[in-house]
Amino acid sequence: MVRRIWWLTIVGLLAIWSLFPSSHVGAAASGKLEIFSWWTAGGEAEGLKGMFTAYQKAYPGVEIVNATVAGGAGTNAKAVLATRLTGGDPPDSFQVHAGLEVQKYDPPKYLEPLSGLFKSEGWEKVFPSGLLDLLRYQGNYWSVPVNIHRANVLWISKKVFSDNYLTPAKTFDEFFKLADTLKAKGIVPFVLGDKEGWEAGHAFEAVLIGTLGADGYRGLWNGKTAWTDAKVTQALNTFKRMLTYTNSDHAALTWDGAGQYLIDGKGAMEIMGDWEDGWFQSKNFTGYGWASPPGNAGVFDALSDSFAMPKAARNRANAQNWLKVSGSKAGQEAFNPKKGSICARTDCNQMLFNAYLQSSAKDWAKDALVPSVIHGAAAFESWATKYKDAMALFVTSGDVAKTQAALQAACKDAGVCK
Amino acid sequence: MSERVRAQIASPAASRVRRRRVVTADRLIAVLLIAPSAAAIAVFVYGFIGFTAFASFTKWDNLSPDFTWVGWKNYAALFNTVRFQIDLGNTVTFTLLFLAICLSVGFALAVLLDRGIRGESFFRSIYLFPLALSFIVTGVVWRWLLNPGSVQLGTTGVNLLLERIGLGVLKTGWYTDPRIGIKAVVIAAVWQMSGYVMAMYLAGLRGIPEELREAARVDGANDLQVYRSIIVPLLHPITLGAIIILGHISLKIFDLVVAMTGPGPGFSSDVPAFFMFDTTFRGNNFAQGAGIAMILLLMVAVLIVPYLVYSLRTETQR
Repeated sequence: MVRRIWWLTIVGLLAIWSLFPSSHVGAAASGKLEIFSWWTAGGEAEGLKGMFTAYQKAYPGVEIVNATVAGGAGTNAKAVLATRLTGGDPPDSFQVHAGLEVQKYDPPKYLEPLSGLFKSEGWEKVFPSGLLDLLRYQGNYWSVPVNIHRANVLWISKKVFSDNYLTPAKTFDEFFKLADTLKAKGIVPFVLGDKEGWEAGHAFEAVLIGTLGADGYRGLWNGKTAWTDAKVTQALNTFKRMLTYTNSDHAALTWDGAGQYLIDGKGAMEIMGDWEDGWFQSKNFTGYGWASPPGNAGVFDALSDSFAMPKAARNRANAQNWLKVSGSKAGQEAFNPKKGSICARTDCNQMLFNAYLQSSAKDWAKDALVPSVIHGAAAFESWATKYKDAMALFVTSGDVAKTQAALQAACKDAGVCK
Repeated sequence: MSERVRAQIASPAASRVRRRRVVTADRLIAVLLIAPSAAAIAVFVYGFIGFTAFASFTKWDNLSPDFTWVGWKNYAALFNTVRFQIDLGNTVTFTLLFLAICLSVGFALAVLLDRGIRGESFFRSIYLFPLALSFIVTGVVWRWLLNPGSVQLGTTGVNLLLERIGLGVLKTGWYTDPRIGIKAVVIAAVWQMSGYVMAMYLAGLRGIPEELREAARVDGANDLQVYRSIIVPLLHPITLGAIIILGHISLKIFDLVVAMTGPGPGFSSDVPAFFMFDTTFRGNNFAQGAGIAMILLLMVAVLIVPYLVYSLRTETQR
């Protein structure tokens, strides 16, 4: 009897052991390319696959290893990546938000400068100058942008608006008047889902832009506008008032769960990035419209996904080719229509895109460009995290003075404010 | 040689003492056998604790290490952070509720089972099984059960149960309600750990001789008095052990919160360990993360060290 238990144990352990993957990914074997990202959901995974296809058309001999770590906004992926970079075992190329998020990876030490590649590929001519400014850190480019998302979009339910003979508000005063009308009819005026903690900070970006304007907002992140400014107080008060028009279950919902209010015609407006466009389509919902949030007309709050190359990448030639594909017209045209974003390049074929993306591309070409903080463009990651936490707290506390002090303290910690 | 020493040498005990002073092969082997694990523990436990303590006093706030000494600055910043203040409050709430409910539920179950009911081993297994799960599984299951529901799904889980049995007024947002927050996590933790406390108490109850109870009854004590004056005092060592084990689990709780709620609205279900993970690996602020780790260590030490001293003393007395 005892012996049989021993046997069972051994067999069991062997069975468990055999389940572990036996090959070590990315080892010295040539002809491999490991791409690291957090794109695992619907449209984005397909977009990435599209880019892989474009790559393999040009370099058929290379085996692509798709290393993804799931998790919203890349939180888990970033933790894994930090360990791999410092441990000297980095992927060949990885996803990073364009902008100051790159500072987190200590570029001079861990990343390959790409200015030479930008020049040889002629990218300085095809990417807009606002984006190039965003990408430059310590005089160098460190990553290749593949797409542009817009963060400040007001999504509306067309049915709610046409049933009540309304048009989207252009100012905050109009917004509140409209919200009162809708509230009286039992419709949620301002839909919010802030379960993951970043959504309130995201919506507040648009309120800041609407109150301070493009230059004033940009100044918040480079020290030219003080966080103690009366206009920031005003923005917080506006946002506090907006929060009184939200759905009561906002803390239980993610942004897409809240979007269901628009689909059901029970909610009127939601401030969210343009990935909501792709999500509506995946739900076969066509009754949605879009507008600028109050005061945001002519301002494009941008974020961009890009690919960087670690200094210690094992398959350098393959990685370099990957970056070339990422920045190429063919690569971006394969990626963006599926991801639901517009090309970082200005010369993509617009016929490949849907109505929203075409209108967004037009705005991209002419609007004032400001960086999104929640999505890594405007500030160092540590600062962005503090901003996010302060705003998540504001939703439950509603304490304007304390929140403004916390935002000012975060700016001070980052070394930008005095 | 004095009289006393000579007398001791004469006794067998004393000769054993003298033999121990000589380095024998036995002794050498014993030292050699202990040395590897002692060295490993010295490096991988105490060495890293020391390094973490050191890192918490440096300016290491980015991916590459920066060992500039900044003194207590990280700690000062930490205690000024609203999120950390909330976290400490949550830890206290969680620990107190978790301990109180776990101990009382565990004790009640043990007493009921000790009454010699039919199918005792069946119920014992049922109450013990949750312990076999990982906190991740428990967290996911309770996240579903306590989900307040949504526009799409309607009412779900426990709320649906309350609605069906006519207690609809008790429906709440559970972990999505900032006033409940961490208390919803307590429910899941109690569900998992109270069976364990029950097992400990049951062992303790079985260790109390029947004569003591009988003697008390003969003296005219009723059931309540027997429990209050005989059983509960005799179970003190068990209670202490349970508090130590549950206490260090609850102070370090991380996986359950991650799987079940995350930081929650307004950080109402956030805990220091989660904040540490966020700070270290998302914000790349390694120095501040190390600071949180040290504070966690300190909190657990405050709980454990008195117990270790106490048990060491009773052992040497024996």
